[in-house]
Amino acid sequence: MTVHLYLYGLALILAGALAGTLLPARSRVSGAALLGSIGCAMTLIAATRTLLDGQTSVYQTSTVLPFTGVHLLLDPFGALFIVVTAVLGIATSLYGVGYARKIQKSRIETGMFPLFLACLVLVPVAASVVTFMVAWELMAATSFLLLLAEHRSRPEARDAAQWYAAMTQFGAAAILIGLVVLAAHAGSQSFAVIRLHAPGLSLGVRSTVFLLVLIGFASKAGAVPLHVWLPRAHAEAASPVSALMSGAMVNLGIYGIIRVGNGLLGGGVLWWWLVVLAIGVASALYGAVQAVASSDLKRLLAFSTIDNIGLVLIGVGAAGALADTGHRLLAALAMLAALFHLTNHAAFKGCLFLAAGSVQHATGTRDLDHLGGLVRRMPATAFLFGIASLSISALPPFNGFASEWLLFQGLLHGFATKNSITAVALLAGVGALALTGGLTAAAFVKALGIGFLGQPRTPEASTAHEVAPSMISGMVLLAIPCVVLGIIPGVVLPVISRATDVGLGGTFPRSVQSGLGLRLSGLSGMIEPVLLLLALLSALILAWGVLQLVARHSARGQARSVEAWGSGRALLTPKMEYTATSFAEPLQRVFVDVLRPSHDAEVTHVAESRYFEHEINYRLQIDDAIERSWYRPLIRYVMAWGNIARRVQNGSTHRYLAFGFIALVVILVVLA
Amino acid sequence: MIASASTSGLGAAIGASLLQLVVVVLGGPLLMGLMVKIRARAEGRKGPPIRQPLLDLRKLAGKERIHSEHTSVVFVITPLLLVASIAVAIAITPLVTTSPVLGRSADLFVIVFLILTGSVSLALAGLDSGTAFGGMGSSRAMAIGALAEPALLVAMLALSIQVRSSNLPEIVSATLAHPDWIANPERLLAFVALLIVVIAETGRIPVDNPSTHLELTMVHEAMILEYSGPELGLVMLGQAMRLGFLFALVADLFFPWGIASNSNPARLLLGIVLLGTKTTIIATGVTLIEISTAKLRLFRVPELLTGGFVLAVLAVVTGLVAR
Repeated sequence: MTVHLYLYGLALILAGALAGTLLPARSRVSGAALLGSIGCAMTLIAATRTLLDGQTSVYQTSTVLPFTGVHLLLDPFGALFIVVTAVLGIATSLYGVGYARKIQKSRIETGMFPLFLACLVLVPVAASVVTFMVAWELMAATSFLLLLAEHRSRPEARDAAQWYAAMTQFGAAAILIGLVVLAAHAGSQSFAVIRLHAPGLSLGVRSTVFLLVLIGFASKAGAVPLHVWLPRAHAEAASPVSALMSGAMVNLGIYGIIRVGNGLLGGGVLWWWLVVLAIGVASALYGAVQAVASSDLKRLLAFSTIDNIGLVLIGVGAAGALADTGHRLLAALAMLAALFHLTNHAAFKGCLFLAAGSVQHATGTRDLDHLGGLVRRMPATAFLFGIASLSISALPPFNGFASEWLLFQGLLHGFATKNSITAVALLAGVGALALTGGLTAAAFVKALGIGFLGQPRTPEASTAHEVAPSMISGMVLLAIPCVVLGIIPGVVLPVISRATDVGLGGTFPRSVQSGLGLRLSGLSGMIEPVLLLLALLSALILAWGVLQLVARHSARGQARSVEAWGSGRALLTPKMEYTATSFAEPLQRVFVDVLRPSHDAEVTHVAESRYFEHEINYRLQIDDAIERSWYRPLIRYVMAWGNIARRVQNGSTHRYLAFGFIALVVILVVLA
Repeated sequence: MIASASTSGLGAAIGASLLQLVVVVLGGPLLMGLMVKIRARAEGRKGPPIRQPLLDLRKLAGKERIHSEHTSVVFVITPLLLVASIAVAIAITPLVTTSPVLGRSADLFVIVFLILTGSVSLALAGLDSGTAFGGMGSSRAMAIGALAEPALLVAMLALSIQVRSSNLPEIVSATLAHPDWIANPERLLAFVALLIVVIAETGRIPVDNPSTHLELTMVHEAMILEYSGPELGLVMLGQAMRLGFLFALVADLFFPWGIASNSNPARLLLGIVLLGTKTTIIATGVTLIEISTAKLRLFRVPELLTGGFVLAVLAVVTGLVAR
């Protein structure tokens, strides 16, 4: 049975965790990677089979967890998330082998990585409140430890881990309260029973539960304004871990919103989904603007994750709203677009994070202002980063284009709704999609152009070396879906639409037809990326032919390579090049109200006259404006109360005994 | 539909697409020459002949290719990709005939991102040369492009909602079937928004000045500064094709009358002549705007583009209210 194959895979991943902890230093990285990849491959096969035949399989045992036992359910919706995670798991495990060669990894870290992977594939099959919360919290704990792994060499990791722990525990508490309310009403903690009893709850209770779990899952997904941990954690974690966090863990936030909102609570009411859509619009815009302004490569990628999660949430929100206004076909289309984009995002963002890790591995920095010219030193990494950049910029015929087209179609056809608030929300969604499209292209032209092209800006960048073959193969594994899902989306989408039905909770009309191209069914809209690619290639060959023909007849045939014109001076130093910061300056000026950067100029004059400057120091800092204006005051407030509370605790044992006595007396008085 | 058509139908569609391509490849540079000519005449000069851009292309074809030693393969591919991406857009859009090849894939979203492909590769090439000017041009071009794109997409959304499809042949045939749509308020608003975007995307005054070489104001020219010889020719051809295509697209979306609905040679000829007339009128209008306004400061350009975006949003809202 499919679920058994899945369980054997899970067991192998856990064996990988053991191998990572117990094996001798020489073999523990490759041992853990080998067992982890085979385990991932088995869960991948099980999940793919579930997606293909649409069957649901159940597994229950009263062992492992005391009192409650473990409830697992493998359905097509969860299977999609397992497929995404498993592919990422194989790629990052493979990549990790080469990555660990230079940096000595501790036992805890090599053991924790497969354990994190196991939690990621366990969450989508958990079918009871306790199983789900245990898997969810184990996932938080393992990722927290992985984030802390390099804290000795990089103190920033501690700060990031602290933020992450606070936000994720806050979120988990909200989810737990929401789910416990549901379980208490249903009298059972099994999801299947909860689903049966949820319609009996009053709308107020259901809405409160939805808002609670939305807060919890949105904080895991990194949606604005609960995103503050994400740019820190994803930037500071080791790159394979960043790739898993950005490509797989944030997805589970989306999973939770759909599973609880559409599944357990049965779809709810319109305004729930408009809230989701609004969060999506805010995340998409804020993430895109911050990504453009960022000159730290991994921070840029982290903000772009927030942007893409925003686009997914726009799709999820639109789907929920359209389902509630009775447009079932359109709801299925929007949900399909959201899930397809989520899948694509995992592929290109995973590849980008791994490539960023390779750059950091080779040069020791991830600051774009210190990079440049890497295409000559690291051609394979540059090429793969390029493919993933083009995909995320939604250029045809890569996968980002196909899913953003589908999302655009979902929103466009959604305007058929007669509900005017929904129409306004959809318009906001299209506006966000359009704005992020241009901004993402600008951000990734910056990342690719400043980081990999031009002249190297530092000695580290000019002496960089290509990374190990295992690291490259990990990136290749993720670059392949970027191309394949872009060229033949029509083959994959009918399979993903099985997950859509289960996710939305019911049978919905098929929104796309299967075929080589991508064609909506029942609506007007079609693209054929294969033929577009063919047309593009033939036009390229034609242009190349014309150029060759012309060059043959011209004075000299071959292109001559000379030093670039340096305005009459025979030197062109890397200092003259545009940096990432200067590249982003025009857009940073436009979005100054969102970014609110802090400037600081320091002028030192020469001793003889104050009319001549000796040195000018200019500092520009762009931090997270939402963090500064919302979270900092909150932290100050909490600290102030903490200080007041500290007065009560002065360390004197007598005082504590007195507290105990007073409390006892108060309780006795109350009881009497 | 092409899917059900026979091989001869497919052949006719490919032929029609190639015809469109030839028309725009020749017509784009001529439109550029015309705009220079109109400007010169308005300023009391004689000006270069209208076919000057074509002569420039011939001149550049005979020159040597020189690359900066810092460049990579991106620099070599960019001119080709720029021309190829816009050529695909021209081939699949119904400009002369309503049934070009791949017409069912000619989605507005596809067109927008094909144009973006050219812009992105040019910006990468600017950074690839490793010079200050290239980076400056790329940075500015991407900033302008990032703000022009949303206006473009939302303006096109306004037209698509009306037809309930973003497929270009469907929009064109629906517009042909409803001549009264020309005075629709949402279409007028979308027209102005689209015009602003076209001015930005083709690098005309008041957004960019195609004839400047002053570093303070250069955008597009700075980005392509390191190109020479036949490759510069290809970049200039790409720019001319983009201008011709965008003008033709505006004509097509708002005034598609006269476009050939079959492959009858007489109808095709009429289509070409009318397309030429319509784009000439648009080119004249844009030149008049150019003559009568000064170039905006670079940091004022976003305000203009935001204005375009707001107009496009208003177009959508008007369309929804009027429904």
